[in-house]
Order: sequence, then structure tokens, then C-alpha cells
Amino acid sequence: MAVPVKPDSDRQCLQYHSKTVMGGCDSGNVEPLLHQIRHALQHLLSSGETTTIDLRGLPMAAGERERLLSFLGRGEVSVRLEALGRSDIVETGFSGVWLITHYDGDGEIMGRFIEITRIPGILETGTADLEDALASLQNKLEQH
Amino acid sequence: MKNDKPLGQLLKEQGVSRRGFLKYCATLASLMALPPSMVPAIAEALENARRPSVIWLSFQECTGCTESLTRSHAPTLEGLLFDHISLDYHHTLQAASGQAAEAAREAAMAENKDKYLLVVDGSIPLDNPGYSTIAGISNLDMLEEVAEHAAAIIAVGTCAAYGGLPHASPNPTGAVSVTDIIKDKPIVNVPGCPPIPVVISGVLAHFLTFGRLPDLDHLGRPLAFYGNNIHDRCYRRPFYDRGLFAHSFDDEGAKKGWCLYNLGCKGPVTYNACATIKWNEGTSFPIEAGHGCLGCSEPDFWDLGGFYNALPESPVDISRLAAYGIVGGAAAGVASGLLNRQKKAQATATHETVNLSDLKREEKS
Amino acid sequence: MNSGELLFWVRGTGLSIAVVIFTFGMLVRLLEIFMLGRRRNLAELRSNGIGAGLRTLIMRSIPPDRNSMRRSMVTVVAGYGFHIGLLVVIFLLAPHIQLFESLFGFGWPAISTPLVDLFAVVALISLIVLLWHRLTHPVVRYLSTPEDYLVWAASFLPLLSGYLAYHHLWLPYEWLLVTHILSVEFMLILFPFTKLAHAFTLFIARWYTGVIAGERGVET
Repeated sequence: MAVPVKPDSDRQCLQYHSKTVMGGCDSGNVEPLLHQIRHALQHLLSSGETTTIDLRGLPMAAGERERLLSFLGRGEVSVRLEALGRSDIVETGFSGVWLITHYDGDGEIMGRFIEITRIPGILETGTADLEDALASLQNKLEQH
Repeated sequence: MKNDKPLGQLLKEQGVSRRGFLKYCATLASLMALPPSMVPAIAEALENARRPSVIWLSFQECTGCTESLTRSHAPTLEGLLFDHISLDYHHTLQAASGQAAEAAREAAMAENKDKYLLVVDGSIPLDNPGYSTIAGISNLDMLEEVAEHAAAIIAVGTCAAYGGLPHASPNPTGAVSVTDIIKDKPIVNVPGCPPIPVVISGVLAHFLTFGRLPDLDHLGRPLAFYGNNIHDRCYRRPFYDRGLFAHSFDDEGAKKGWCLYNLGCKGPVTYNACATIKWNEGTSFPIEAGHGCLGCSEPDFWDLGGFYNALPESPVDISRLAAYGIVGGAAAGVASGLLNRQKKAQATATHETVNLSDLKREEKS
Repeated sequence: MNSGELLFWVRGTGLSIAVVIFTFGMLVRLLEIFMLGRRRNLAELRSNGIGAGLRTLIMRSIPPDRNSMRRSMVTVVAGYGFHIGLLVVIFLLAPHIQLFESLFGFGWPAISTPLVDLFAVVALISLIVLLWHRLTHPVVRYLSTPEDYLVWAASFLPLLSGYLAYHHLWLPYEWLLVTHILSVEFMLILFPFTKLAHAFTLFIARWYTGVIAGERGVET
């Protein structure tokens, strides 16, 4: 007997089909997430504030993540960061919606975020780094 | 063992760039289930944090907890964090031994008085302090001495948190947990046999960032990692809900990956992060490998009725007792019945009448 | 005593005590009934009564005629709601079937847990309605004894604690489990001494009523 059950945040997805593949069930989290992104974009336009969404905290069934990523698509910008392992910072097909994936030294995923912003914070060069660069450049030029 | 350089500077000297540091903070926040908006605050706090001195005391333990923590591959959160705390005393990992090691411990305690973190693994025997000693000092004495000026205590592993294996019936050494002995310090329990490595480092990181221990549940465990039980996060839960169980380890159900409830899985009463964070950097966990959860982060999990007995099963032979009850009841019933018949026969013979008090008496019962 | 130890006791010693009292008490009660036997019928039998007995068993287990229904609608509807809900919850929930399997050596298929949850809610609401009825209907209240309220509580607690446990509400899960099992044991112990015994005696009573009527050639 198939009975649809509303998933709640405390339990993993429970939705029955007549043939359920192991672990194959929908959490129903994709659409609310997309709406959250929509609200964040609006907020960015009106107030200039950035929103970050942690994807690790959202339970998603196998296949749902792929659907989400294919919905968002890829845009023009793709940045690879090498710091404590690789990180991919990609602007999706929707401008201002950035997908950030952090990997560790072994290529395992450490974190996945969606940042709705003009430019993700991690890309911006920090003041301390600028000061260090200036000092280092001055040094090297003096040595010449 | 100088601790006056802030963590940010130390990381920079180790070649960790600002972006690497930010990445580290972001993933740490994610792990601790903190909102991403907190990352700048975490970054700032960690950047300015002084390396705390950590004294690690190992009592009646199997060293599995240390193994768990050090089995991670660098550079990961655990490796990074471990490299940047000042581990001033640890039997297995330190180079010194004997008198030199004890001297190092005492020096660290004096230099960082009231500020060092005390990490304990292993239970403490109370029956005879001689059961477990270090450099001739009993576990009990050493714990009390070091705990006195510690800022906080982290009890790593089920042995330190709840007594663990030594505490299992009949508890021959009188093993107890850290919380049974120390009553006046903030203590966080990080149970598991062993705990997931990232949980240990997550707690350490939280302490470094906020200067206090994370929110705890009623058993002293950080809610961020022990807030849900395995059953509620298990990927085999749909099978449980539909009544599809494996009945032996090699039957059809087992091969199809059905629920292991019948094979003794203690998932419903076990709180840990195994089903979500998993082991070996997210590879798998016992249920995914086909074996029921042992409940290793719960107190007295060794005595929970057997690893392969399903939860509802009684540890006692109820069927036999029920049989005794039936036989005994039958005998008593027959006896009582015969007595009643005798009373009835007598009443008939003497033409006893029913009066009001008889009826009222029946009404009461 | 921590929850693990208490859970162990409740499933071991506690359950043993409850089961022994339950089986012993019910056997005594049932045998007392059977051994007193029936009054000898000296009249000529119109039929052997078996058909009437069976028919009465069935007819009195299904909803009554329209008039009776109308007069006691609350009792009939809530009564069925409670009993059907209770039986589904006890006998068709996976962990319960597990327990029976360990006791009897055989089990049977379960139905999906969320569906059983629905039946539990129906049973709980029905019980509350029945209590309200008992408290507000003047005749029923007049007839009620402390035992009635005790038995109501004994029936309500296992359902409530089971529901709370499944949904992880209020107390930590292990404590809810302990409460649930304890409340069931409490109910089991009450069985032989209260009207709860009707679970077994009702079949005897309905059968007997039918047989007497059948022997006299009266329609039941």
C-alpha cells in the first residue's frame, strides 16, 4: 500500500512508490531551496547584502543534487582555488548565484555552499595579503 | 611551548594562506551546524586565538580514540587542528617518556594554569587504584590533580564518558567515568567506540573559537553531532517503515540491503553522527556495511541485551515464564473452581437465598 | 539508574513480573468461569445452540441497528475507533511483531509505520472522546467507578507514550521507551483484576448468550 507522507526536517524523506529503489526517495527540498535563492537575489538587489546557504545541512536524495545543479547550470566565470586542497568557485547560469565546492587534499568534498553575491568573499584579496605583497614586491625590487 | 602567537599567525607561518584559512573556517562552521553567516566571526576568533595547551590523559583505554583521531589524512580539519593545538602531554604521541614526560606535564600545567584543556580517554578504576597507574600515580589521583586547574575537560570515547567496556557487567575494576569524579568543571562527553574523528576536532575547534564548550544534551554530548539518533537518519529507514527486514546475515533481505532491526541494530536508541558524517571521511558506516549498530556512543551499550538480539527482545526467557504462569494459573484456577463448585453445591443443598448485601458486594468488584 | 539500565530492567525483570501475573491471573479467572459451568437446562432443547452462538459472536461484534446507533452514537463510533486503532497498533507495528516473534517463535507481516501512526491518533482521540462522554453524560458518570477511570488511564498511557516515542516529543527517546514499556506492563498486571479481562471473556459471554437463546429457540 503506497501512502505519501510529508517529510519533516527531523526525518529522512519518506515517500513510497510501488517500486522503491534502495535509498531512492525525494526529500522535497529542491524547490524550497530554489525559492530561497530567489529571495536572496531579491535581497541582494535591494540591500546589497550577501546570503550564503550551506548545502551540507540539507538532506537530499541521490539524484536531487544533480537536478539542482543542472537547474542552476554554469555561467561565464569559473575559478579554481588551490588552498588546503582544491576549491571550485563557479557562477551558475543565474548571475549572482555562485556555487562553491571545497575539497580537501585527497579530493574529498569538505563543503558545498551557494553564495548569492556580486563576488564571493573568498575571492577578494584581503588587506593583510595586500600589505604583505607590497612589502615583498618592494623587497624584491630593491634587491634588483 | 610558547603560546603567545595567535593561531592566524601560526597558520601563516605554516604556509596556510588567508583563503585557505577562510575555507577551513567555512567547512568548520558547516560541520558544527553553524550558519554560514557566522563564518567571518569564526575566522576572526580563530585568527586571534592563542593556541591552548592540551593535556591528554589516557587511563583504562585501548588507545582506539587516539588512533581514530590520528588516522585522518592531512590536510584535513582534524590534522590541521591537531597540528595547531599545543599537545603538551600524550603517552602514545609524545617523544619523551618516563620522568621527562611527567616533568613536561607539570611544566605545562604550571605555565598555563586555569587555561589548559584536559582531554581524557579511558575509564578510571575506583576499586583498587593500583589497577591502572602512570608513573606510579593512580588514575584517580592524576585526574583530580590535573583537573583542578583545567579550563575545561573533554571526555573522549565511551570509556571516559560513561565507563565503556571496563564498566560492563560485572565491572571488575570498579571503572567509572570522568563525570562521576569531577563535579566542578565544564565537561563535554564525546562518546563513541571510538568517536568519529571529526567530532573530536569539531569540539576542540568550537572551544578555540568561542572559548567555551558547545551546547550539550542531557548526557553531556554536543548537540551538533549527537542531536539525532541513527534510526532517524539511516538510509535504510524506508525499509523499516515498510516492514522489510533481513533475518540473517546472508539471506535475501540482507543482500537487498534491508533494515537490520531483527539482527540487533541498536540504531533507534543510539545518538551519533554515523549515519550522516559517516566514517573514513564519509566512506561508510556499520549499517551501510551490513552490520547493525552496536550503540557504541550510549552508556552501558555492552549490557544492552546482546549485539544480535533485536531491541524489543527481552533478555529474559519470557516464553518459559509465561508457560509457568499458565500452568500455575491453571492449577490455581482449577483449585479455585472446585472450591466454588463446592460452595455452590452447599448453597443449593441448604437452600441459601440471595439477599441485598450479596448483590451490593458483587457491584463493588 | 540511567536509562540504559532501566530499559534493561523493564524489558527483563519488569516484563517477567507482568507476564507471570497476567498469565496466572487470566488462567485463574477463565478457569473459575468455566468450572462453575452453566446451569443445567432441564427443558427440551429447540436447537443445539452452536449456530446461534456463532451468530451472536458476529452480530454483537459489528455495529448495532440504526436506532441503537442513534441513541449511543458517541459510544459506538468512539468505541470502534479506539478498539480498531488499538488492535492495529498492537498487532501490525513492526517492532511489536518483532517482540511477538521472539515470544511465540513466529511473526506476521507488518503495515507501514506512518499508517499505524494514523491509527494510533484515531485511538487516542477516541479515548479522549470516551472520557469526555463518561464525565459529561449524567447516567454514565453516575455508574462510573474509580476502576473505570483507572482502566482508562491504563489504556491511554501506552498509546500516548508510544506516540510520543515514535515522534521524539517531550522526553529523550530512551525515557519514552521506558515509560511505554512500563505502562504496558502496568496494563498487563491490571488485566486479571479489572474489566480489562473482557478482552477474553467477551467471547465466552457472547457465545453463551447465543447458545442459551438458541436452545430456547429464541432469535438473538
